[in-house]
Amino acid sequence: MIAMLFTTLGLAMREIRRHLMRSFLTVLGIIIGVGSVVTMVTLGNGTTAAVQQQISSLGANILQIRPGQSFGRGGGGTQPQPFEVDDVDAIRQQVAGVVSVAPQVQSSGLAVRNAANWSTTIYGTTNDYVKAQSWTIDRGRIFSSEEERAGKTVCLIGATIRRNLFREDDPIGERIRIRDLSCEVVGALKSRGSSFGPGDQDDVVIMPVKAVQRRITGNQNVSMILVSVDPAYASDAVQDSIKALLRERRRLGPGKADDFNIFDTQQISETLQSTTRTLTALLGAVAAVSLLVGGIGIMNIMLVSVTERTREIGIRLAIGALGREVLLQFLVEAVVLASLGGILGLGIALGASILISPMLQIPFLFNPTINAVAFLFSAAIGVLFGYFPARRAARLNPIDALRHE
Amino acid sequence: MTGPLISLRGITKTFGEGPTAFQALRGIDLDIRSGDFVAVMGPSGSGKSTMMNILGCLDVPTSGAYLFKGHHVEQLTRDERALLRRRYLGFVFQGYNLLARTSALENVELPLLYRGEAKKARQEAALAALRKVGLEEWADHTPAQLSGGQQQRVAIARAIVTEPEVLLADEPTGNLDTERSREIMQLLKRFNSDAGITILMVTHEEEMAAFARTTVKFRDGLVESVEDRKQPVPA
Ligand SMILES: Nc1ncnc2c1ncn2[C@@H]1O[C@H](COP(=O)(O)OP(=O)(O)O)[C@@H](O)[C@H]1O
Ligand SMILES: [Mg+2]
Repeated sequence: MIAMLFTTLGLAMREIRRHLMRSFLTVLGIIIGVGSVVTMVTLGNGTTAAVQQQISSLGANILQIRPGQSFGRGGGGTQPQPFEVDDVDAIRQQVAGVVSVAPQVQSSGLAVRNAANWSTTIYGTTNDYVKAQSWTIDRGRIFSSEEERAGKTVCLIGATIRRNLFREDDPIGERIRIRDLSCEVVGALKSRGSSFGPGDQDDVVIMPVKAVQRRITGNQNVSMILVSVDPAYASDAVQDSIKALLRERRRLGPGKADDFNIFDTQQISETLQSTTRTLTALLGAVAAVSLLVGGIGIMNIMLVSVTERTREIGIRLAIGALGREVLLQFLVEAVVLASLGGILGLGIALGASILISPMLQIPFLFNPTINAVAFLFSAAIGVLFGYFPARRAARLNPIDALRHE
Repeated sequence: MTGPLISLRGITKTFGEGPTAFQALRGIDLDIRSGDFVAVMGPSGSGKSTMMNILGCLDVPTSGAYLFKGHHVEQLTRDERALLRRRYLGFVFQGYNLLARTSALENVELPLLYRGEAKKARQEAALAALRKVGLEEWADHTPAQLSGGQQQRVAIARAIVTEPEVLLADEPTGNLDTERSREIMQLLKRFNSDAGITILMVTHEEEMAAFARTTVKFRDGLVESVEDRKQPVPA
């Protein structure tokens, strides 16, 4: 039986070599089918992962409150009144269900150390912000309460700044110049890892809010308030109490529209996730079509060669082959071709995904399920269409197979 | 051996069904002795090929009895018929029916492969068969690289490589010129007298039939006559 299988394998391999064109086209169909479906789904998964990473960098369950009306509503002519640090304290003290509240004053400027300089974003905020944004400290420490209260010129620096200004040097205790103030580095933030898409998350300098207000922006304005919501509370309810509080503090009468907006990262992450899911499904559908096209290609080749194969089967039967011996040969041939095409297709998909992922700035994620499904599907088509015409022929009287037109 | 090697009794073959049905054989009675060389003649469409295919187990009769060495072939299963072909029968077609893109040697090896013989034994036997038909030097040529006469000799080598008891040849010289046809006839004649292979051969040409000992004439799906020749052409 084993010897028989080896003989058959040899026979099948010989037939594959003898009909190179037919074999090549069959394999090609499988390569296209497997290659495209696996590449597309892998890239789709990578995109989803990249989007998810960006979402998580916004911080989970965070409300971003900005002055001004929300998108979509026609903005009024007057400049919206900015927030102040008092608004931050009021929310912290009066709204139930908030874990932490932090102000954010944003500015940009050149950070300089010796001959090195780097253009970066400067955030004036508090330790709460560092926690809410899930930053971890790689070296050094966060601000002391004294530094926060007094608005000392101390700073935490992101990995990009550290790399560009300090290289391998220890930055703790060193001073850097930002605009025209000199500040001491007290902590280095751990890298958020490779960041995908626009905006490098590690390109930041964080300072106490008072320092930024006093020494950089020169006013008391807070450009954004970040609220971290207690997961035990419904985000909508927390938003409503914040809204009520802020309306009162900003003296908005009953008929007046909000002159600030609340942006819920939870909500946006859900929207983005469902969008990427749709995108992946779409890619999958396109890929499934190419899998189908590949399958039809295989089918065509097999059906076109049916006459030739039927005559071949007739000859084999006429010289004494049993129907099942002929069938086994055709089955082995189909399996060999399908596996060959499937493996090549998987290899090409792997190469293409590894190559394209960095171009799209998405991570490469190997998905065993889709690899297996695509391989099995194409292989099944190859085997089915190699096997069934052969089975029909092997059931004919030898003379009818020989006469097949 | 007593009794004929092959006996046909009341063999009929009908193609198609209903109003378009056509009876190609209408009751054939025929005995073939072991070691005989039979020429089958008759007009085109008289049923010669139909009978040869039934004898070769490539087709089955509609009714009647086909006895091979006293066994009822018409009662065998598909696989049993295949094994009968494998063991006792060799078939040569008018159109050669060699596997394309396959060397002469591999074509001749094929029946041995299905007999489960080892590669070395296969190759030796196939080469020996090719030598017998004078094509040893052409062993690695494919059919496309061979002339019609050479292809038919490869087909004959393939048919005799298994040392069959019966060789069935349906117009083996039908596509060949007279010179090539004579070579083929001499080959067949030699296999008949030297190896004792029983041969049935369909031909339209008296000259080729003259090599045979017995001549069976067909007409309209029936055997018209069976004649023994006193002095067939020697090998
Ligand atoms: N497969 C078939 N289907 C229908 N008719 C057939 C088939 N094979 C042979 N015939 C018919 O049977 C008759 C005998 O054919 P055949 O045995 O090939 O004649 P011969 O070989 O004597 O020329 C012819 O009329 C032919 O048309
Ligand atoms: Mg005929």
